[in-house]
Order: sequence, then C-alpha cells, then structure tokens
Amino acid sequence: MDKFETFSGVAAPMPLVNIDTDMIIPKQFLKTIKRSGLGVHAFDEMRYDDDGNEIPDFVLNQAAYREASILIAGDNFGCGSSREHAPWALSDFGIKVVVSTSFADIFFNNCFKNGMLPIVLPQEQVDLLMKDAEKGANARVEINLEDQTITSSDGDVIQFDIDPFRKHCLLNGLDDIGLTLEKAASIDSFEAKAGAARPWA
Amino acid sequence: MTAPKTLYDKIWNDHVVHEAEDGTCLLYIDRHLVHEVTSPQAFEGLRMAGRTVRAPEKTIAVPDHNVPTTLDRAKGIDNEESRIQVEALDKNAKDFGIHYYPVSDVRQGIVHIVGPEQGWTLPGMTVVCGDSHTATHGAFGALAHGIGTSEVEHVLATQTLIQKKSKNMKVEITGKLRPGVTAKDITLSVIGETGTAGGTGYVIEYCGEAIRDLSMEGRMTVCNMAIEGGARAGLIAPDEKTFEYCKGRPHAPKGAEWEAAVAYWKTLFTDEGAHFDKVITIKGEDIAPVVTWGTSPEDVLPITSTVPSADDFSGGKVDAAKRSLEYMGLTSGQKLTDIEIDTVFIGSCTNGRIEDLRAAAEILKGKKIKDGLRAMIVPGSGLVRAQAEEEGLADIFKEAGFEWRLAGCSMCLAMNPDQLTPGERCAATSNRNFEGRQGRGGRTHLMSPAMAAAAAITGRLTDVREMM
Ligand code: SF4
Repeated sequence: MDKFETFSGVAAPMPLVNIDTDMIIPKQFLKTIKRSGLGVHAFDEMRYDDDGNEIPDFVLNQAAYREASILIAGDNFGCGSSREHAPWALSDFGIKVVVSTSFADIFFNNCFKNGMLPIVLPQEQVDLLMKDAEKGANARVEINLEDQTITSSDGDVIQFDIDPFRKHCLLNGLDDIGLTLEKAASIDSFEAKAGAARPWA
Repeated sequence: MTAPKTLYDKIWNDHVVHEAEDGTCLLYIDRHLVHEVTSPQAFEGLRMAGRTVRAPEKTIAVPDHNVPTTLDRAKGIDNEESRIQVEALDKNAKDFGIHYYPVSDVRQGIVHIVGPEQGWTLPGMTVVCGDSHTATHGAFGALAHGIGTSEVEHVLATQTLIQKKSKNMKVEITGKLRPGVTAKDITLSVIGETGTAGGTGYVIEYCGEAIRDLSMEGRMTVCNMAIEGGARAGLIAPDEKTFEYCKGRPHAPKGAEWEAAVAYWKTLFTDEGAHFDKVITIKGEDIAPVVTWGTSPEDVLPITSTVPSADDFSGGKVDAAKRSLEYMGLTSGQKLTDIEIDTVFIGSCTNGRIEDLRAAAEILKGKKIKDGLRAMIVPGSGLVRAQAEEEGLADIFKEAGFEWRLAGCSMCLAMNPDQLTPGERCAATSNRNFEGRQGRGGRTHLMSPAMAAAAAITGRLTDVREMM
C-alpha cells in the first residue's frame, strides 16, 4: 500500500444523502476478479446514459471536477453492500478522501484497507467544504493527515479525528495482514484455549 | 461480582485474541463463509504473498450471486465474466482445501441460507463473510457481520479480524403481532423508525415477546436486515428453538459435545441490568404489513397509506425523496394499493427459506397470478427447493403461474440474467430497493412473501389481510 502523503486537490460536491454502494459501482462490474480498472465505471448509472454517453449534469463529468481527488458527500455515504469494489472504483478514479457527516461501517473500514481516508465532520463543517467545493477547479483543498487538518481554498483550517492505529497504518502504508501475523503466537494460544473450551467451534 | 454484560459483550469477550491500549482488538473468527464475488482478489492476494488459509476447516465456500437459476443451468454459465468468477471459486476452494458446495450440489444455495442449514452457524460463534447480509446469522446468537475483500484475505490468512468494539443497542418488540404481520414487517418497520444510519456504530440485540415468538426462519429475516439499519450486526439470544433448529444438522456437535455446547449456549443472554447505549421499543400490535415506496430501505409505509411528498421530509432527505419519487415513477398522494406491478420476485437470503415459501403458498393456493405478470420463486437453497417440492408447495406455485427456479441470489441483485428492465416495477421479498439494484432503471418495492404473493394475484400492491 502507498503511504498517505499530504496533498491538495479538487473537491467535488455530492450533497445527495445515502449514496449507496450500488450507485458507486453497480453490480455488473462486480464480476471482475481484479482490483484495478474500475474507475471508468465509478457512479456508472449516474454518470452515463443508456447508450454509454456521459450525462453532462453529473458532477464528475463537468470539466471542473474531472480531476477531483476529494469528495464532499451527504450523510451515510457508502451504505449498502460490503463490496470493496466501491473504494477500488473511487480510488481508481483518483479519489483519495471522502468527507461526510457519516459513513456506512463496512465502506468506512474498506477505505482504510486501500489507502483512502474517509473523514467524518459535523454538519456545519461539511456544509462549509461543500460550498468551497462548489467553486470548482480553482478551489483546491489541502489534506494533511499528519496534522489531521483540512484547509479550504479560503484558508479555513478544519481539524478532524482519526483512530490512531488507522492513522499510523495509512501514513506508513502498512499491510494489516503482516502486522497480525506478528501476533501468530497469541493466535496459537487462543486457538488452544478456545479449542479446549468450545471444541465444536 | 462482575458487571452485568450484554449478549454482545459476552461473545466479544470470548473471542478477543489481543487488545491494544487504544482498544483495537484482534478478534478470533470461528466461521468464514465465502462466495464468488468478493473473494477472488483475496485468494489472489494470498497467492501473491505466498500465504495459506490458516483454518480451512472453518472456511466454507458456495457460489450464489452469479449462478443461473433456470432449470437448464447444468449446461453452464453463458456470461463469460460470471463463469470465470464461479470457476475461480471452484479452483480456490480446491487449491486451499476449504469446504465447498458447487453449483451441481443439491446443498448449494445462498451462502446465508446454506451456513445455518448445514449447521456451520451455531450460537456464540463469530461468523464473517464478504457480504453485508452476514448479519443473518445473528439469529442464532452468533456475532456475524459483513467484511470487505481485504478483510476476507485477512481472515483467510490469520483467522482473525482487527476490530474495535461497537456500542450496544437494544431493539425490543413487545407483545404480539397482529394477523398478516410477519418478521419482514418487523424488520422493515424498525428501519423505517431508525433510518438507514440509525444503527451505525452499534450491534443491535433484538428482543421482546414478538421476537421470541418468531421461528428461526423469522429471526433470520429480522437479523438479515440489521445492516440496512446501518448496524454492524444484529443478535437474538439463543433459546430452545435455536437448539432445536441446530440439533442434528450435519456440522452441529453430537453426543457429549452437544450437551457441552448447549450448556455453554444457555449462558448466552444479556444479564439483568446490562447497559445499552441506545434503546428502541416498538409495540408488536402497532406494526402493520408494510411496503417500501422509495429507493432506500427506510422508505417504509403501512400498505394502507399513500405515497408521500418530498415536503414531508427535511434536510438532505428532501432532495433524496424527490429523486426517489421520480425514479420510482410515483405521484404523491397516490394510494399505495393503486400501484400496479409488472413482476413479483420471491426469494433472497431475507425471505428464501421454507417458511417464506409456505407463507406465499398459503396465499396462492388455488389462485392464479394476474394475466401478463412475470412471477418467479427462487428458493434459497437446493434443500429448501427439495423440501418445498415434497410439501407440495412447488405445485401450488406452478399452478398459480409462478416460475419455479433453482437456488441462488437471482433477482435480488441481478448479477445473473434475472433482471428488471428500465421502468419495470417489482414486488420483491429481498432487502434492497436501491436505484438499479434489480436491473438498471428497475423499480423495487420491498415486502413480505405473503404480501408479494397477494400482489401477484391482483397485479398491484395489496394488503394481504384482505386475502386471509
Ligand atoms: S440474496 Fe441478495 S442480499 Fe442475499 S446474499 Fe444474495 S445478493 Fe446478497
């Protein structure tokens, strides 16, 4: 996994609430056995018409937001299925950060496994960033994970919270499995103990 | 004396392998269920890193999402990508030595139906699957939840998951349900009340007389949709009904081990006075047969109501409601029972079990579906299908005009050829009414099997109580 570095990028506004994983990546694209290449299909049904032409109104089809790397989204972003294809598609499109008032649990977890940063902020701050994002491509927003800050194009600095372990993994590009395997001895002794107490499990 | 604990606390405590200072835990996983859609990249990751499956005997795989459900499926899968995905699972199961139920096996079916049916899911276990509806298994008092593909890989390699504990939420359904009201109406009504984000950050324990009165099938329906309320998992404390259901299943313990298991399972309940961070109480008698009108599972209304208007909502929900009404092609003020449907789908991990088919057959017995309607019943597993044939339910469905399919996810998410066309309106017993879920432009109304059967007869959304 790549290390998560400080960057500034274009933020796209997506104020709709309950953007679900079927919207982010419809099921016809779940048939892949690879992780890559899903970016062109991100938001497929909102982004393309039945003939595969771009729908001009959709935010990521607008010139200002084609290069967006940040999404400012409505409540409960990523609800629905567990498909990791959702963060894969966003990440392949170039999105590194999603900001919302709330996220669905599994989507939120999945982001971290793919070097993406979901940020939860109170409504007023999301509103402020949403307004900023509406200004288009000139409004670059800076994300600094080390300091846990978002700096709007007007220079407003917003502080965000993040679980320290997740922050550490993102900043260092750490692989969870490698970390867990270092605890193999604890897993062995748990298995021995639990196997005796609950042999049917 | 130790502080009183919730059911969730107890199962959690019994599975912590390691706890870091910040509360991040390594949680041991007893059962890992795998299907073809969310696993190929995980197995690929193992191969690339030269890793193996740590506990293949605790890992069970079954293809369900992509499989055709037409009677001629032995001829193979036409769609190349779907075929490759199923073949990849065949190969991965074989290479890594995990339990497997291939398409040709009578025990094949939707992973969340197969797990309990085969006795893989037992009380007090931790159960995960790369699928959000893993919540279903909570009906057994097992801590069960969906995970992403990276976590699938993590569990394959380590039999553990990195987790932080959720908060405790209690959803109590008191008293008795009224006639015509089912487990599906309970679970939809709860989401209608809490919203799709109401459970975010929580594990829900469902309790109360109306929950105790449900069969195991009904309890699975309730827990299945915990995820639609945003919760990490849903739980119901195990009781005699649970033990009865598990007893004798192929992978349930036997003999002295069974006795020891039951003794342990009997300790799995929430202690008197245990703390819940959030409590919701609904009177069973206040729950009506419900349907969804919009494109979020929280868009729930009693069948006797009318289509709402966007002005009935506030905040971000106003635009969402406008969008839903337009997508669904509905006019506010319209009676729900005036909404005509094109298709009926009975099946899915929410309502594809034998009791669901019995409930539908009860309504359909001796009746015909509305002329021109497309209607299909897709049993949740090959064994459910066989039992329905034995009980004569299949004949009732066929005589009524339903297609009687083979087991799989089918039109619940339309990854196989079972799809809605743009504008096609469906009465469905599945769990998601998202835009495009059942096919691009398709319109889904969620409801119970009995309500879907009633709709099949009249060709419009219907109050099942009028047919009882
Ligand atoms: S039946 Fe539907 S919800 Fe259940 S596992 Fe299959 S696709 Fe998912």
